[in-house]
Amino acid sequence: MFGASLAPWVIVVPLLSATLLLLAGRRADRWGHWLAVAASGACLLGGAVMVTGMWRADPAARQALVSWPTSGVAWISAGDLRVPLELRVDQLSVTFVLLVTFVGFLIHLYSVSYMAHDPDRRRFFAYLNLFVAAMLLLVLSDSFVLLFVGWEGVGLASYLLIGFWDRVPANATAGKKAFVMNRIGDMGLLAAMALLFAQGHGLGFGPVLAGASGLGEGTATAVGLCLLLAACGKSAQVPLQAWLGDAMAGPTPVSALIHAATMVTAGVYLVVRSHAIFEAAPAAQLVVAIVGAITLLYGAVVGCAKDDIKKTLAASTMSQIGYMMLAAGLGPIGYAFAIFHLVTHGFFKAGLFLGAGSVMHAMGDSTDMRRFGGLSRLLPVTYVTMGLGWLAILGIPPLSGFWSKDRIIEAAFTGVGLRPWVFGLAALLGAGVTAFYMTRLFFMTFLGRRRFDDDVHPAEGSWLMRLPMIILAAGSVALGWLLTLGGGITGWLAPVLGEPQHQEPVIAAPALLAATLTLVLLGGLLAWWRYLRSAVPVEAPPGNLAVRAARADLYQDNFNETLVAVPGRWLTRGLVRSERGVDGAFGGLGRGVAGAGERLRRVQNGYVRTYAATAIGGLLVLTAIVLSLIGRG
Amino acid sequence: MTTSAAEAVLFWCLAPLMVAAAVGLLVVRRAVHAAVCVVGLMISVAVLYIANQAPFLGVVQVVVYTGAVMMLFLFVLMLVGVDSADSLVETIKGQRGLGVTFGIGLLVILLSVLAHTDLPEAIGLTTANQEGNPNALAEILYGQYALAMVVVGVLLVTAALAGLVLTHRARIAPRLSQRELSSRRVAARPGALLAPPPAPGVYAQNNAMDTPALGPDGRPIEESVSRVLRIRGQARDAGEVAGGREAERLTAGHDHLPMTATGVVPPAHPAPHPGPQAPPALDAVEIEDLAAEAAESEASE
Amino acid sequence: MAITNYLVLAMILFALGTTTVLLRRNAIIAFMGIEVMLNATNLALVTFARIHGDLTGQVLAFFVMVVAAAEVVVGLAIIVTIFRSRRTASVDDANRLAG
Repeated sequence: MFGASLAPWVIVVPLLSATLLLLAGRRADRWGHWLAVAASGACLLGGAVMVTGMWRADPAARQALVSWPTSGVAWISAGDLRVPLELRVDQLSVTFVLLVTFVGFLIHLYSVSYMAHDPDRRRFFAYLNLFVAAMLLLVLSDSFVLLFVGWEGVGLASYLLIGFWDRVPANATAGKKAFVMNRIGDMGLLAAMALLFAQGHGLGFGPVLAGASGLGEGTATAVGLCLLLAACGKSAQVPLQAWLGDAMAGPTPVSALIHAATMVTAGVYLVVRSHAIFEAAPAAQLVVAIVGAITLLYGAVVGCAKDDIKKTLAASTMSQIGYMMLAAGLGPIGYAFAIFHLVTHGFFKAGLFLGAGSVMHAMGDSTDMRRFGGLSRLLPVTYVTMGLGWLAILGIPPLSGFWSKDRIIEAAFTGVGLRPWVFGLAALLGAGVTAFYMTRLFFMTFLGRRRFDDDVHPAEGSWLMRLPMIILAAGSVALGWLLTLGGGITGWLAPVLGEPQHQEPVIAAPALLAATLTLVLLGGLLAWWRYLRSAVPVEAPPGNLAVRAARADLYQDNFNETLVAVPGRWLTRGLVRSERGVDGAFGGLGRGVAGAGERLRRVQNGYVRTYAATAIGGLLVLTAIVLSLIGRG
Repeated sequence: MTTSAAEAVLFWCLAPLMVAAAVGLLVVRRAVHAAVCVVGLMISVAVLYIANQAPFLGVVQVVVYTGAVMMLFLFVLMLVGVDSADSLVETIKGQRGLGVTFGIGLLVILLSVLAHTDLPEAIGLTTANQEGNPNALAEILYGQYALAMVVVGVLLVTAALAGLVLTHRARIAPRLSQRELSSRRVAARPGALLAPPPAPGVYAQNNAMDTPALGPDGRPIEESVSRVLRIRGQARDAGEVAGGREAERLTAGHDHLPMTATGVVPPAHPAPHPGPQAPPALDAVEIEDLAAEAAESEASE
Repeated sequence: MAITNYLVLAMILFALGTTTVLLRRNAIIAFMGIEVMLNATNLALVTFARIHGDLTGQVLAFFVMVVAAAEVVVGLAIIVTIFRSRRTASVDDANRLAG
C-alpha cells in the first residue's frame, strides 16, 4: 500500500482538533490557533505521504478503498441498502487532498496573523479545521451518502464562516443566503441519490458508476440534472450563483480557502466524479456545458463593474468555475482539464484573495478599489505576488493559468456543428473579459494615483501573511508547467477519468492560442486605457445601463426575488389561507355539533319523571313495532 | 276454564275497589292517604292470590307487603312529615298529558297483547297443590331454585345493610352536654336577663300590667311588661305613673332612685328598633309578626 | 267469569301504577306506584300459574316479592337521605343532573 491507510486520519485529525477547540472554550484562546495549524499541517503531511506513495507505486495499484474502522462493517444497513464507511483513495481524490491540505495549511498560517486581533480567533480556527475535515471527507468518500455528509459539512463550515462576524446583520444574512441557496442544491443531490438508489446499485461510487451505462437515458439524464443542480448550488453556477458575492462578507482567508480554492470547486468534483452518469446522458452533459458557459460570461460581466475588490474576485471565481464546468461538460476530453484548471485556479485565486486580504489589512478593511491606487511601493510583496496571480489568471505564458485555461478553450472548440463555435467563442470571449476586469482590479489597486485618505498608512503584514502569498505566487507561476511534465495531470488522472481521445479543434491550435492572447491583450489594453491612462474617479460614475446592471449582479437578486421569493410568498400565503378555510370548515363543524349539543342539552332537564316518561315512551314504541311485526308475521 | 260463581262475585267486588285504590293513589293529595290506598290494594291482591289457588303467596303478600313494606313506607312518611300534602299542580310542562297518554297507551298495548294471545284452556292448580300449596312451592324453591333462594338471601342481607349505611348519620361534632348548652346560651346573649323577667307593676296603687317593674337599682325594666302590650304601644312609663310623687321624693331628699333623680323621662312609646335592653332573641321580624298578630286579633274583636 | 279477567285487572293496575310514577312528584308516592306495578305483575304471574297448572309462576312471584322488599329498603333509605340533606321529598327537586 502507498499510505492510503492514512486517509481516515487526515479527516479525523482536523475534526478532533475542531471539536477540541470548540469544546475547550476560552481556555484554548492562547494556543488554539497553533493547534489548528498543527492539525492542518498534519493533514498536509498525510496528503503528501499519500501522493508520493501513490506516485511511487505501480500505476496499476494506485487506487485503494480504505474501510473504516474495518472492512465489512456497514455504516448504514437498511434492507437492500448497505453503505460502508469506505474511503476511495485514487488519483482524483489525492489530487484534491493535496490541493485542500496545501492551500488549507497556507491559509491557516496566513490566518494566524490576519485574525490576530480578533477575539474569536480560536472559534475561527475551529471552523477552518471543521471545513478541512468535511472537505477531505467529501473528496475521499466512496459513496454518495458519505459524500453528502462532507457536502453538508462544508456547507455548514461555509455558513459559519461567512457569518463569522455575525454581529453585523448583513454578514449573518449573507451566511443565511449561502446556506439556503446551497440547500436548494442539496435537494438535487438528495434527489439524485434517491433516483440512483431506486436503480438498485446501492449508492457506492464503484457499482453506481459501473452500472451507469445501463441506467437508461431518461434516468441518467434525471440523475445528471439533479447532480448538476447540486453542483450549481455548491459552485455558485447559474442559476444558483447569487450567494457567492455576498459570501465575501466572511473573513478574507475564508474567501480564499472556501469560496475560491476548494469548496466552490466541489461541484466540479461531483460532476467529474460521476462522469460515467453524464456520459450516459448526453443531454445532461450538454446542460452542464451550457451552465458553465453562461456562468463564465456572467461572472466576467459582473466582475467588470464591481468596485469591491473581494466581490470582483468572487465574480472572477464564478467565471473561472464556469470554465471548469464547461470543461466538465465537454465530455472525456475536458474532465482532466477541468481538474487541471481547478488546481491551478486554486493556487492563483487563493493567492489573489490573500493579496486582497493583505491590501485590506493594510487599508483598514476597506475594499473599495476606487480608494486604493499606488500601493505598489507601499506593499511590494503583495504587489509582486498579486501581480503574478494576475498574470496567471490572464493566461499569460508560461504562468499556470495559461496551461490550464488554454486547454479548456482548445477543448471547447472541438466537436461538430454549432457546439464548438458557441462554447469556444464563449470561452474565448470570457478570456478577453477576464483580462479586462483583472487588469482593472490590478491597476486600480496598485498603480496610478493614490486615492486613499492621508491618514491611512498601508504596510505589509507579518511574515506569516507574506509567506503563504509568496508560496502561492510561486505555485501560480510554476504549477501549470509542472503539471504538464511527464504525461502531466491528464495522464495521472487517466485511470480515473478515462484516456482523453485527442480531437482537433475546429480552428487550428496555434491560431486559437494567438486569438486568445490577442483578446487578453486587448482586454488588458482597454483596462489600461480606462483605468491607468485616465484618472479613476473616487466616486463611481453613474455609468450606462449595462454597467448599472453588472453592478447589481445583473439583477440576480431581483430575479430571485421576483421569480422565486414572491411566488413562494404567494404560495405560502395561499396555503395559509386555504388552511384557514379548512380550519374554518372543521371549526364550523365543531361549532355546529356544539350548538346542536347545546340545544339537545335542554332535553336533559334533570327531572327524573321526564326521563321515566322517555323510557316508557320508548318502551311503547318498541312494543308497538314488535307487535305490528308479530301481527304481520 | 271458568271460575266458580263465588270467585266471580269475589272478583267483581274486589276489582273495582282495587282500581279505585289505584286511582286514589294517583289523585289523593296526602301521602298518608295514598299509603292507605295502597294497603287496601295489597290486601285485595292477597285475597285474589288465595282465590287463585295461591294461599301461601296470599299470606306472604299480607306479611311482606302490608306488614313490612307498607309499614316501612308509613314510617318514612312519618320521618318526612305525615301531614305533608302534595300539590297536584303539574310543574313540568306537558308532563301530565304525556303521563296520561303513556298510561293509556300502555294499557291499550297490554290489552292488545292479551287480545292477540291464545291462552290455553286453564288447567288449574288442583293437581299441583295436592300436597298443599306451601309444600309444593317448597319443593320447587328448595329444589330447582335453591341457588336462587340463597342468592336472594344474600340480597336481603345486603339490602338491610344498605338501609343501615344509607340512613346512618355520622356525628362530626361531640354531643353537647346540658352544661355546655347552658354556657353557650349565656354567651350568645350577653347582658340579657337570664332569670324570668319580674312581674309588671311598680306601685301597689297601680298594679297594672302595663307598668314596668323597677329593678334593684331603681330603673324600670321594660321587658317586664308583656310583649304584646309593648308592641301595641300600650305600655306605660314608670315616670308617667310616678309623676308628682317623684317631685315629692326629691324634695324629701330620698335620693336613692337615680333614674328619677335625673328627671329623664323615658319615651312613652317603644323605640322602633329594640334598644339595648330589649331581649336579643326578639328580632325585628318577630316583632313585626307579633304586631301583625296583635292587629289581627284587634280586628277580629 | 273468564280467568283472563285477572289479567285485565293486572294490566289496569300496571298502567295506573305507571301513570302514578309519571305524574306524582312525591318520591314516596311514586315509589308506591312502583310497588303497585310489581303487585300487578305478581297478580299476572299467579294467574298464569293457575292457567298453566304450573307452580313456577308462583315461585317467580315469590322472588319478585323478596326482591321488592329489598328494593323498598334501599329505595326508602335513599329517599330518607335525600330528604335529610335537602329537606324535600319531591323528585323534581333532585334535578342536579340537568344538562
